[in-house]
Amino acid sequence: MNRFLLPLGIFIVLVAFLAIGLNLNPREVPSPLIGKPAPAFALPQLHKPEASFSPKDLQGKVWLLNVWASWCVSCRQEHPLLVDLSRKGIVPIYGLNYKDPREDALRWLKRYGDPYVLSIVDAEGRIGIDYGVYGVPETYVIDRAGVIRYKQIGPVTEDVLEETILPLVAELSK
Amino acid sequence: MKNPLPAVTRRHGGFRFFAILCFLWVSAAQPVSAREAAPTAADVAVEKRMVAISEELRCLVCQNESLAGSQADLAKDLRREIREQIAQGRSDQEILDFMTGRYGDFVRYRPPLKGTTFLLWFGPFLLLVAGIAALAIILRRRGRRVVTAAALSADEQQQAEALLRLGEEEGKP
Repeated sequence: MNRFLLPLGIFIVLVAFLAIGLNLNPREVPSPLIGKPAPAFALPQLHKPEASFSPKDLQGKVWLLNVWASWCVSCRQEHPLLVDLSRKGIVPIYGLNYKDPREDALRWLKRYGDPYVLSIVDAEGRIGIDYGVYGVPETYVIDRAGVIRYKQIGPVTEDVLEETILPLVAELSK
Repeated sequence: MKNPLPAVTRRHGGFRFFAILCFLWVSAAQPVSAREAAPTAADVAVEKRMVAISEELRCLVCQNESLAGSQADLAKDLRREIREQIAQGRSDQEILDFMTGRYGDFVRYRPPLKGTTFLLWFGPFLLLVAGIAALAIILRRRGRRVVTAAALSADEQQQAEALLRLGEEEGKP
């Protein structure tokens, strides 16, 4: 009896580890920026290149920063959700147009709808580096003090929105 | 498409084949010799340092490649960033800190020793120690079993000796 108990125990532990490992997403690297102030920048706006925008302009507000690009396929997947969210007006969404030619970006927004209060242009991806962007789309929840509270890597799904982002926004807006 | 080879050579199948081979060889060798469009990096020392640093870093897009070897857009951008920071006179450590500050310890192939990376650094050694301990226990148990099996009762001892003696006598001429 005892002879089988030990191998069985080892087997169960191994299976448990493998099951956990299989359910983790290796592409999701936890960001060290969570709980830190959102990196400052001043970038030209997509629609008004002569005007610039800086996160400082939004001090005292809870907002979402969504990194997107017209060449990004999964952006199309999350886009209807963002359009819907912007229509409800729960939280303002600002777009960071990442390494994208301006005409392409504008055409894309015309075609799929523009959920952004405004988009800023990061043509060379430098601000992307400051924010630790490595897989567009990415979405940041930034609180009133300008601190990053959450980062979604990859497309926002309905589940993520309902279970994580919206409750967090509600809590931060209290 | 126009044939790039002169018409004369077209008749000579062998030469043509050879020319194609040469072309393939040259085009295959190119990515190795031309690192990437960075003609401004005449400063070989900067380039060397950039490669040394980026070999320590993981490309986040294709996670099993180093930043030095990856052709992902982000990797190119980050190499540009490293180059610029070297030009600004930053130390290697400052550049590594810049990267970990944005992408976390995960970008480093040799992450710093911390509470969270303890298992990563010492896990293999713990497993090794556990393995050696298990081996020692099993070997000791087996040794004990052999000893108990070898112990003969007095009767058996006598019988064995008698048999051995018999064998010895038979062996004599």
